[in-house]
Formats: sequence, structure tokens, C-alpha cells
Amino acid sequence: MSRATNEQIWKWLDAVPDPEIPVISVVDLGIVRGVAWDADTLEVSVTPTYSGCPATSVIAMDIETALMDRGVEHVRIKTQIAPAWTTDWLSEKGRAKLEDYGISPPNEAGGPEQCPRCKSKEVERISQFGSTPCKAQWRCTDCLEPFDYFKCI
Amino acid sequence: MSAALFEYLLRLGDNTLVLGHRVSEWCGVAPALEEDIALANTALDFIGQTQMWLAYAAEVEDKGRDADALAFRRDVWDFRSLLLVEQTNGDFGKTLMRQFLFDAFNVLNLTALVGSADVRIAEIAAKSVKEAQYHLERSRETVIALGDGTQESNRRMQKALDVLWPFAGEMFVVDAVDTEMQKAGIGPDLAALRGEWVAIIQPVLTSAMLTLPESDFAHKGGKTGVRHSEHLGHMLATMQFLPRAYPDAQW
Repeated sequence: MSRATNEQIWKWLDAVPDPEIPVISVVDLGIVRGVAWDADTLEVSVTPTYSGCPATSVIAMDIETALMDRGVEHVRIKTQIAPAWTTDWLSEKGRAKLEDYGISPPNEAGGPEQCPRCKSKEVERISQFGSTPCKAQWRCTDCLEPFDYFKCI
Repeated sequence: MSAALFEYLLRLGDNTLVLGHRVSEWCGVAPALEEDIALANTALDFIGQTQMWLAYAAEVEDKGRDADALAFRRDVWDFRSLLLVEQTNGDFGKTLMRQFLFDAFNVLNLTALVGSADVRIAEIAAKSVKEAQYHLERSRETVIALGDGTQESNRRMQKALDVLWPFAGEMFVVDAVDTEMQKAGIGPDLAALRGEWVAIIQPVLTSAMLTLPESDFAHKGGKTGVRHSEHLGHMLATMQFLPRAYPDAQW
């Protein structure tokens, strides 16, 4: 098979969902740092969000599977830790999707801008940590709904 | 040089490994669901950092071992972790006090290592320090909440501080390995970090209505491996059981 263009590969990767937050893709999350051909092997550089995130190995496997399904025969996943991942790399599309899904996107102020459900600004923190390493638990004091907040790092 | 660097990386990786395992012991039994999740997440960060430190240590050593071999196939005397991190969890308050004392040191040490002359160390530190800052934010708040809580929680936090204090001094003890790393621009002067560390913990302990012990006596022997406490062997027996009983097990 002829080599796919970089543009095509990025499109394919943008269809690979994050295993823990399937509403956004690995590209939206900002963890795919680069794609490059090395002879007939496609090398994809991936950066971990949190260093101990258990989803990292699943993500590598999902990327490999997705590319092989598209006919790329040799895929190599390279883990790249520098520069360290930051939530600034979340795409605008990804941020909007998170909010729609009920996860408040990261905010530099250190907490959610609003309740993702009723949009009230009256929110309070329940815990600095949540169901995955990248999230914290918050609650809306107007509609009383607890929700996840994507931690800002 | 590479022998000292290997030793230095083991210290960094063994601290995160031993503390990560200790904190993970709370998984499923913490006093509240949120705390359980928080502790498990903290443990996960430490184990992730361990993978980076020990993978690099194994490369520097260049004897065919990998991070898993270093974590699971060394016995107590080959561990280079601080005595503080191997102390038992005790109650929730003692766990958080140990965490706070270490987090404050960890943030300072990692911040210095971000500027390390060793690029790989600088990269791992840059990744880890973000997580360490988040840990410190939490352990600081919890120490204040518990210290300045009820009479009973205050009593327990003071007791935890008194018990752990003699193990804190080892973090700032400098030996030949540290000196060599410092001369090469790889690591910071640990003794010089002590003042900054006290500047972080003192106001927090005051807000927590706790009294800093006066004695500067410090137990030593963890980071050199000369004299670990009796607790580390028990911890390793649990942590290493599976890979030792079923070598190269996969799932």
C-alpha cells in the first residue's frame, strides 16, 4: 500500500477515542505529538497525560489497532515525555465536547467556570481527585448536581 | 560517574516506588470514598514516576535489567529509599503527615532537578513536579484541616508529627553520591533545601495548631541502604510476591 499522507493519518487518529473519556479523541486530548515515516514504519509520538495514567498503554494499543485497520502495516509508538503535557493542548473542539458530555473543561483559574449542566457559576469542590488521574470532583450548589472537572495542569 | 548516577537514580525511583506502594495500601479502606480515590490517584502518580526513574536507572546501569527487575527483584539492602517513606501508614492522619513532609521536599527537589545538566533527569522532573505540586496542595490542606479540627484529630496529628520528625532529617543529608551529582550540575545541594523546606512546612503546621519538635536528631541509613527499618522487608514481601512466585507472569 502507498504511504498515507500526514493529513490523512491525523484524520484517522482523530477518530480514535480516549478510552476513559470516549467523547473526545486522542488528538483532541493533545497527546499525539507527531507522526513520521521511518522507511515503511509509521512512528507515532504519544505523550502521557499523568505519568501513572493506566490508560496510556490502552491508548497506544488503540492507536496501533486503528492504523493497522486502515492498512498501515508497521506502527511504532514512541513515548515522549518532554515537553510535559499540559491541558493547554486540549483542542477547542475537545473542550466543547467535554462540556457537552458533562465534564467541565480545564480553566486557568483553578476550578470550573460553570456547572456543565445548568451553567450556574455557583460551584464548589468535593475532592481534588476524581475517577481518573486527570479529573477532580465538583458540585453545583444551584442544581445540586455533582460533576467531573478536568484538572488544569 | 555512571555508578554514582545509577545510585542517585535509584534513590529517586525508590522513594516514589516505596511511597507509592505505601499510599496504595489505602485503596478500598480509606475513611471516605473521596479520600480513597485521592490516595489511589496519588499512588498512581508515584508509580508512574517510578517507571521513568527506574527505567533510566536500568539504562545507566546497562546490565540487562529493566524497571520491573529493579522494582521486584531487589531485596531490602539494595533499596535506596528514605526511611521516612517506608514508615507504616498508621492512621489516616499519620499517612497525610508523612505525605506532607515528603511532598514539600519533593517539590523543592524536583523544581531544582528541572534545571539538571542531565537532560533526561530534567525531563522526568518537569513531568513529575506538576504532579508533586498538586500532591502538596492537597496534603497541606488536609494537614491543616485535621490539625485544626477536633481535639482528637489535633492530638493524633501532633503524635504523627512527633513520630515522623526524626525520619525527616535524612532528606537533607548529603553524602559522596550527592556531592558528585551536585558538582556535575545534575542534582541540587540537599542541605541547602532544608531552609526552604522549613519555610514551607512551618506556617502550615502553625495554621494546623501543631508544634514543630525541637530536636534535630535524624535517623539515617535508608538512602544509602545501610540500615533500613524493619518495615521495608514486610512491604516488599507483599509488593514482590507475585513476580517472584510467578516469574515473568503476564496478564
